[in-house]
Amino acid sequence: MVKNSLVESEVNSLSLNQYKSIVKNLNFYYGSFNALKNIDMVLHEKQVTALIGPSGCGKSTFLRCFNRMHDLYPGNRYEGDIVLYPDNENILSPHVDPIEVRMRISMVFQKPNPFPKSIYENVAYGLKVRGVKQRAMLDEKVEDALRNAALWDEVKDRLNDLAFNLSGGQQQRLCIARALATDPEILLFDEPTSALDPIATASIEELIADLKNKVTILIVTHNMQQAARVSDYTAYMYLGQLIEFDTTDTIFIKPKNKQTEDYITGRFG
Amino acid sequence: MYSKNVKSTWEKKDRSTGNLRYSYRRHLKEKFIELLLLLAAFFSILITFSIIFMLVKESIIFFQHVSIWEFLTDTQWTPLFDDAHYGILPLVSGTVVSSVIALLVALPLGTTIAIYLSEFASYTVRETAKPFLELLGGIPTIVYGYFALLFVTPLLQLIIPDLPGFSLLSAGLVMGIMIIPYVSSMTEDAMRSVPMHLREGSYAMGATKFQTAIKVVMPAAFSGIAAAYILAISRAVGETMVVAIAAGMQPNLTWNPMEPAATITAYIVQVSLGDLPHGSIGYQTIFAAGLTLLLITLIFNILGHLLRKRYRETY
Repeated sequence: MVKNSLVESEVNSLSLNQYKSIVKNLNFYYGSFNALKNIDMVLHEKQVTALIGPSGCGKSTFLRCFNRMHDLYPGNRYEGDIVLYPDNENILSPHVDPIEVRMRISMVFQKPNPFPKSIYENVAYGLKVRGVKQRAMLDEKVEDALRNAALWDEVKDRLNDLAFNLSGGQQQRLCIARALATDPEILLFDEPTSALDPIATASIEELIADLKNKVTILIVTHNMQQAARVSDYTAYMYLGQLIEFDTTDTIFIKPKNKQTEDYITGRFG
Repeated sequence: MYSKNVKSTWEKKDRSTGNLRYSYRRHLKEKFIELLLLLAAFFSILITFSIIFMLVKESIIFFQHVSIWEFLTDTQWTPLFDDAHYGILPLVSGTVVSSVIALLVALPLGTTIAIYLSEFASYTVRETAKPFLELLGGIPTIVYGYFALLFVTPLLQLIIPDLPGFSLLSAGLVMGIMIIPYVSSMTEDAMRSVPMHLREGSYAMGATKFQTAIKVVMPAAFSGIAAAYILAISRAVGETMVVAIAAGMQPNLTWNPMEPAATITAYIVQVSLGDLPHGSIGYQTIFAAGLTLLLITLIFNILGHLLRKRYRETY
């Protein structure tokens, strides 16, 4: 297997302050099934990194390692490191509290999953969970998050409406606002537009482009055009392995690996 | 038969075989099944209405002798005495006090058990604990009645020496224990049917298990939990054996759980088992009491229905 030259050279150069995270030799097991195999990768600070690959290649499994989502289910096991900077701490270590990790690394899911609460309460949820009680601060954070998620103008007059009354695209932007309200350092997107129509998809993609100046983004997508449009770096995965990782331009224009090229050009997958 | 026709149709050049024609045989069969299903559904409605009809018809005879005003306001219920009074309030107070005590036990405990089983317990613990809880629900109510009278009351008398041998407190507590499995199993079902992606959303925000259970799962399961609570209320109000045995059978207008009192159901048992002549005014009282009971549970069921409609979750 071709090693990712980019990862090795850049990791070795130790210019660590531009990395938000470095993944080293990550293995993940569902019971005895080895779902992720020896993955090495980096997340560049305030850049968008896309994970692409055919269904079942482990891209969502990989994404969900970053906020320790796999801890929710019995029988799952991590091996290796996901080092978070500037802390220089392996977030997969058993000494790290997954709740603390999730406080700093937020996630947006495939299907919009607003809580059965008002729009306001949905966005304020993360802050309330963290014990924030001052109304003024909550109001300010909720408004900021909704503005950053490009939803404020549509909902500012009905913040107390149930979130279910929003359209699918609005619900997904609400979920993004909810994730943004706590000022996360990394934002994980798990196929955020697969349940949305093309117009809603375009608005989410636009939003991701706006957000990358504020937060490091890792996005799983089954849509190669989407990866090409929104990301700065792209990783191609297949059968639990990271086949190639490079800048999005390189991956899409002159991939080094034959498998990647076949996938990108549609000969495979 | 059907597939053979299709095949032959394909083989033939001329396809006008009449296959598209309306099949009376198939439709008659379908109509017959529909009728059977309708009858089955109609049967339960019929039973409900005949019960209501009987209660109302017999109650009308009662209310020809006793005014509704007296029935609702008189503070004594002594239909079997020479100086007969027909005020339902003493029976209602007994029912309300014993039910409130039962619900104070059953709702918090049942909900806590449900939260634990649905959100915290491992698969093994859940599958071991549930049969025991269901066993609790399978014990005959008369056994609970004697449990209250012969075990719980003496136990309570150790703490409250003045407690009489029959009391609403003892009956209510045991009734609460009896209702716990209904509350916990329905609440747990409601909570477990909340989709996992909603829980994941909460955990991904950094919420703990408890925060997720209270702030996300319970509101999402609201309609199911409301249904469980309403069922619990209906059961408490309609429960008969425990109160008949452990609460005493004297109608007593009191809000004090330390006193003995009769509930509506206990009174109906008392009269049904007695040797009052059919058609006497004393005998008619049980229909008026039964109608009152029906109306109380009906109100709660309607309330539950409205609540469910108001908070119907949309997944």
